[in-house]
Amino acid sequence: MDLFLNQLFNGVSLASLYLLASLGLALSFGLMRVINMAHGEMLMLGGYLAWATLLVVPGAAGILIAMPVAFVGAAAMGGVIQTVLIRRLSARPLDTLLATWGVSLVLQQAARDLFGAVGVEVRAPAWLEGSVELAGVVIPTARLFIIGVAVAVLGGLALILLKTRIGLLVRAVNQDRMMASATGIAVGRVDLAVFCLGSGVAGLAGVMLALLGPVTPSVGQAYIIPAFLVVVMGGLGSITGTTAAAVILGVFAALAQLFVDVSVSQMLLLVFVVLFIQFRPQGVVAVRTRQLDA
Amino acid sequence: MPEVPAILRRGLPWLLLALAAAAPAALSGYDLNLLARFMAMAILALGLVLVWGHGGILSLGQGVFFGLGGYAIAMHMKLADLPAGEMPDFMVWSGREALPLWWAPFGSATFAIAAAILVPTLVAALFAWAVFHRRVGGTYFALITQALALAFATLIISQQDATGGFNGLTDFYSILGFGLASPRTGVGLYWLTLAILCAAFVGLRWLTASRFGMLLRAARDGENRVRFLGYSPVPFKVVAFAIGALLAGIAGALFTLHAGVVSPALIGVVPSIEMVIWVAVGGRYSLAGAIVGALAVNLARDAVSSAFPELWLYCMGALFILVVTLMPNGLAGLLKGRAA
Repeated sequence: MDLFLNQLFNGVSLASLYLLASLGLALSFGLMRVINMAHGEMLMLGGYLAWATLLVVPGAAGILIAMPVAFVGAAAMGGVIQTVLIRRLSARPLDTLLATWGVSLVLQQAARDLFGAVGVEVRAPAWLEGSVELAGVVIPTARLFIIGVAVAVLGGLALILLKTRIGLLVRAVNQDRMMASATGIAVGRVDLAVFCLGSGVAGLAGVMLALLGPVTPSVGQAYIIPAFLVVVMGGLGSITGTTAAAVILGVFAALAQLFVDVSVSQMLLLVFVVLFIQFRPQGVVAVRTRQLDA
Repeated sequence: MPEVPAILRRGLPWLLLALAAAAPAALSGYDLNLLARFMAMAILALGLVLVWGHGGILSLGQGVFFGLGGYAIAMHMKLADLPAGEMPDFMVWSGREALPLWWAPFGSATFAIAAAILVPTLVAALFAWAVFHRRVGGTYFALITQALALAFATLIISQQDATGGFNGLTDFYSILGFGLASPRTGVGLYWLTLAILCAAFVGLRWLTASRFGMLLRAARDGENRVRFLGYSPVPFKVVAFAIGALLAGIAGALFTLHAGVVSPALIGVVPSIEMVIWVAVGGRYSLAGAIVGALAVNLARDAVSSAFPELWLYCMGALFILVVTLMPNGLAGLLKGRAA
């Protein structure tokens, strides 16, 4: 039972990372129908920015300063990728996959040349190093902190989308791009804003990954493919769906590891998603629409 | 864009074929082996033209099918060289007691060759059907195939005692009784590869010009319109994807024979997506372009990565970005000045 509870907690912890890694993907996929294959490198960038920030500001507050720094840095990088590359390929989603994969290769190799292949270590501050015991399960504080950050990000995004003017514009473009454009909304700028926001969240996720292990040039790759599966399973442009999918997949992967090793659980994760779309091809949450080619 | 004179366009394939036929006499054993490997990859590239160019299905997991073909032949060669009742060396090293059950039938060459062809085809058909019949496609399908490539490579690496793990399978000595070290076997395998490449080229030309090809392209350009006309696009896409996997399996088997090794590093996420760039460079709608693209990219890779290993990833990244944005129809598009 303890083992089960322990894996359940690990699942929730994994889910929080999947969620942070996939929110940005899901947002821009819902809006623009494109996937940024270099999204994993936004995680990596966030990790390296956390490392750099802690070099400048060591101490207890370093990680709190690193979070906005990583957010802004990754958002800026995302903005550049969107403006220079993705905007030009907007009507060709599959080509966008390939072109952004190229960006991903270049960024990974650049990181390897700049920081070395081995990776850099980010030391978690003392207040994140302990652990808490809850119902017989020993929970590392860093993991709890990450879950808290994921929940806060989710709340923040919901606030932005539901209560602000930019959120209103995003929802309008999400519902009907042509009509939104016809009413005078600068859809290009909405795209850019959402893309920056999504990349920024990925940067934040990178800081969280840095708390758990070394930051390497390929640190994003380990999380990005499960994050893609979260997007596939979540349903178009639905934050609720993405959250549900991240929790389901995270808990599923962790519980599967009670019975099989990590590599087999990865295969099972894929089988699970393919089985899932047999029953709900439109994803966990489907936006009702009468459009044929939604 | 100037039209290429008809005589040149008609004559070019024959010229290339003549050059390929002269290669065994002109090239050293090493270079011939290299060319044969690249030609095996070109067979896979031809399949991608059907799947991606004509079917509009982007597969980022083609390495899986390449690997299934490669491992099938490799397992046979591991067993064929052994005295009866013994186990391959790596299994002994990793402390295994007995040969896994699913290895046993690969002792038969017929079974192994049939498996190299049929297993990728059937796996691909089942996989594609499971996704397409629920009308999931496009970007979703590409992402799922990438997850497949990751899962497959991780699985092979983790089952060290049964698959050779990260190092893969290597140290083969003979195939069907022919010693692999002999130059004559090398030349024979080269001719075999060339013949299969030509057959695949002619076969796909016929297929893409047929009614099947037309409906496949129709499903690519307007899936719902095809449905309204009374056709289900699903079987067309499934068959196209299965044929792509069939060619990938054959390519993997031939590549393993030429290279003398098959390993997860050749079939995982990164190599799988690299296979797409061969076709993107050549031109996704052009069969001839795919062959030229596969040869050219691999030649470049060989030249650049032996001199500057870390430079190759930059080149690869730039190639993806530039080809997709600036020349979506690849070299074939430049030649024709329009989409095929």
